Amino acid sequence: MSAPRSLFGSSSPISSGDMMSRSEAQAFLERIVKLSRADTIAANLNGGYTGNIRFAANRITTAGGVSNSQLVVQSGYGPKHAVVTTSDFSPAGVERAVRQSEAIAKLAPDDPENMPLLPPQQYGDVNAWFDATATLDPVERAAAARTAIDAAKAAGDLAAAGFIIAGTNYNAIASNTGMYAYFPSTNANYQLTVRTNDGTGSGWAGADHPDWRQIDFKAVSDRAIQKARASRNPVAIEPGRYTVILEPQAVGDLVQLLAFALDARSADEGRSAFSKQGGGTKIGEKIVDSKVTLFSDPGDAQLLGQPWTPEGLPLGREVWIENGVLKQLQYSRFWAQKKNARPNGGLGSVKMVGGDATTEQMIASTPRGILVTRLWYLREVDPRTVLYTGLTRDGTFLIENGRITRSVKNLRFNESPLFMLNNLEMVGRSERVAGTESGGNVVFPTLKVRDFNFTSLSDAV
Amino acid sequence: MTSRRDFLKTATAVGAAALATPALSRAETLARRAAPNEPAAMDPATKELLLEALDAAKLGGAEFADARIGRYRNNFVITREQQIVNVVDTDSLGVGVRVLVSGTWGFGASRDLTKAGVVAATKEALAIARANALPAADRVRLAPATPTPDGRYVTPHTIDPFTVPIEQKADLLIRANAEAMKVAGVKFVNSNMFFVKEEKNYANTDGTFTTQTVIRSWLPFAATAVAPDFSDFQTRTNVIQPMARGYEYLVAARPVEHARQWGEEAAAKLKAKAVEVGRYDLVLHPSHLWLTIHESIAHPTELDRAMGYEANYAGTSFLAPPREKLGTFRYGPAIMNIQGDRSQEGGCSTIGWDDDGVKPDEFLIIKNGIVNDYQTTREQAPMLDWWYTKQKRPVRSHGCSHSDSWNDVQFQRMPNVSLLPGEKDLGWDDLIAATDRGIAIVGDGSFSIDQQRYNAQFGGQLFYEIKGGRIVGQLKDVAYQMRTPDFWNSMDMIGGRKSYEMGASFFDGKGQPGQVNAVSHGCVPSRFRNVNVINTGRKA
Repeated sequence: MSAPRSLFGSSSPISSGDMMSRSEAQAFLERIVKLSRADTIAANLNGGYTGNIRFAANRITTAGGVSNSQLVVQSGYGPKHAVVTTSDFSPAGVERAVRQSEAIAKLAPDDPENMPLLPPQQYGDVNAWFDATATLDPVERAAAARTAIDAAKAAGDLAAAGFIIAGTNYNAIASNTGMYAYFPSTNANYQLTVRTNDGTGSGWAGADHPDWRQIDFKAVSDRAIQKARASRNPVAIEPGRYTVILEPQAVGDLVQLLAFALDARSADEGRSAFSKQGGGTKIGEKIVDSKVTLFSDPGDAQLLGQPWTPEGLPLGREVWIENGVLKQLQYSRFWAQKKNARPNGGLGSVKMVGGDATTEQMIASTPRGILVTRLWYLREVDPRTVLYTGLTRDGTFLIENGRITRSVKNLRFNESPLFMLNNLEMVGRSERVAGTESGGNVVFPTLKVRDFNFTSLSDAV
Repeated sequence: MTSRRDFLKTATAVGAAALATPALSRAETLARRAAPNEPAAMDPATKELLLEALDAAKLGGAEFADARIGRYRNNFVITREQQIVNVVDTDSLGVGVRVLVSGTWGFGASRDLTKAGVVAATKEALAIARANALPAADRVRLAPATPTPDGRYVTPHTIDPFTVPIEQKADLLIRANAEAMKVAGVKFVNSNMFFVKEEKNYANTDGTFTTQTVIRSWLPFAATAVAPDFSDFQTRTNVIQPMARGYEYLVAARPVEHARQWGEEAAAKLKAKAVEVGRYDLVLHPSHLWLTIHESIAHPTELDRAMGYEANYAGTSFLAPPREKLGTFRYGPAIMNIQGDRSQEGGCSTIGWDDDGVKPDEFLIIKNGIVNDYQTTREQAPMLDWWYTKQKRPVRSHGCSHSDSWNDVQFQRMPNVSLLPGEKDLGWDDLIAATDRGIAIVGDGSFSIDQQRYNAQFGGQLFYEIKGGRIVGQLKDVAYQMRTPDFWNSMDMIGGRKSYEMGASFFDGKGQPGQVNAVSHGCVPSRFRNVNVINTGRKA
């Protein structure tokens, strides 16, 4: 192997769990910055420990514990820059990474959109570190997994498959312009699918929080089991436009995807759903129902995100859609400068303001509709309208005359979050959701929406 | 599924002829390294650390263990229009140790490549296995595998992409971008190069030691045309397939020479006619069909899915239980033969030995239209012992164990899964000529399929209306919806050997924590009868 010799030492320089404290990370990064011979250097350090356990068919299948960190070095010479990452933190290893980033940067063509590194910044204080998560051991993870396995086994006609991952993380940046930021966090995520052994029913539930103690394993297990049983023997219904009640997970699955479409530059360039015909963007226009307010805020108690971007730009509360009006699009630092706008980070953490309708009220007020637990395999079909396709999964139910009457076969939709949020009828309480395909800190309410576009039936359970 | 975190998806035909004679510039010739394909023996220091892990595992009570020390490198050159966006080199090195204690797996991983670090990772794996101890009936049983004491493999390649100077890579991209930008209406081009080099060392307690170097190359390219009044925009992308080849492959794909055509195809989509919904015969090009094979054949024939092991994420399979499907389920017509292998040259899943230490074999997953086998690992092969015994075949793994890095545990991943050519010497034009009313589709686009792989919807890159055996015009807003067994049973014509091409993804996603796998799918142009086509265009 072409691995550097310096790695094969005899003693271990790496701390248990591969975490670095604020001061350790700062000292390490200062050393990196001092090594630089380039005009500019920005270094990022991230890592931590994750423990995971996976189970299926009522037995534990795989489980692991992983310690890892990486150093990311960006060197710049005027408008030229390049990035090198390494997991080798030996003195020779980090020097090699710095020199290599310098060598590549010198050879790289000019980047006319290169932005100067930021000077020191002030960041908000977000506490996303919980000792209960950081000190977990394999025995505790196994016990948590067994809450679902034991319940499914005891039932006799159910198979549980699930995944628990919990761990620590740190992220730090420094530059030769004096910038420094550090953010430690913990995270615990639990997702569970319970299937009935006759193969006709499947139910899903999940929970996510930085604090392990906030994950109610029994409640997740009860919910998935209830959904699995209730979803047995689904009937076929005609695809078409239906009133739907989307649980928070399903709303998050679809609406989070707006993050990929809210880019200011694409809109200005005429290749976005937010470009206006004839030129310009739709900022300031009412684009969805007035009950919709969508924002990012790392300090929000339900979000608890990192309060800065990878470039070191502070992140605060950014409102994207307020009472249905598009307030702003996402501006990179370069595009903001060009358009005389403010750079505003992205939608890494995103929350939709909830309402006070209960799911029971939504069901009771629905003569005919469909309740959806979650969505699956969402893929963009047409960027001009943010049109996505995907399917319902793990708990899809028919509502007739204000009651859930039976389970229905899963359905494929072709729908845009923009169209859907225009057809909004009722808004429920916002919850942190656990299983979106893009991940991240995501908080959404239950929604009742009319005319949701289902285009075909699926036999999949 | 293919992962959302994919960079930009890619596809389409780089003709086999273009690959045969790479036209190298002088500088590129200079970048060649002498005999890069000569596999070296395992580095002694690496072997010593691997043995350290295996000894610690045995001492800790493991009945089986394996250890992997790997170096995983990526190189990206990212451009748009006439400028560079970024140049990125990533390098990750570490050890992953897997132990089996009383039939229960445990896994530990660390980037600490000292003896103490490797032993600590092994102890972590042992502690996890003990905490998760399985009841006797649930314990893991491994199929036997012949030990390989000194396995060596290198991806066949001419130029190691990691030796090619950055400015040379950037120059090729910028020149290609310029050609596409010459087309009226084309306002934006995004292109990049993406290279992978994996140096993988493996040892297990059966006595297998392998050292392998895998190289993969890809050039994602997207040209976007915008209508002058901002009323429409269209993109042509997925033009060059990823492959397990060196830099010579991207040079031979001749992006500069083809870019204008890609730009013209983007601009032409602005003027294409919106499709009328209805049922059509579809003639699917290999640059498109590979993805349909990936989603609707390769995934449902993964044995872990069929056994319910992926129920919580990627999903299960309609092709289950295996006892009711093997030897009886008609997936498609008799002309349909689907092969699994990790041996096709250039295939992204091609390798010498898998991450169980098994030499993969070539096997027919679907034989004359009937389900014949599943993709397996050493843990999974015994689940089909009844079938292999009936077939008078040994109970052995097909070599489908894979981990995407040193820090993820290996599990069943896809080999190259390919539709074998038909006996008749037919090609793309023959299939179109034989079709009265249909749509020909080139390149892969939007894709989505349910968790049991029944209901799928696929878009594409270029859509052509066929009338009376001829292409009469271009269409847009086309997607087809299908139910897997109905769709494959509607296949009535396939191309011959000369029309065989491979498509691939760098980002097949599966597992928790999520892992990606690069995989290729070879296929021939094929015709499907009476498929449901929808129009995806809407008004904003």
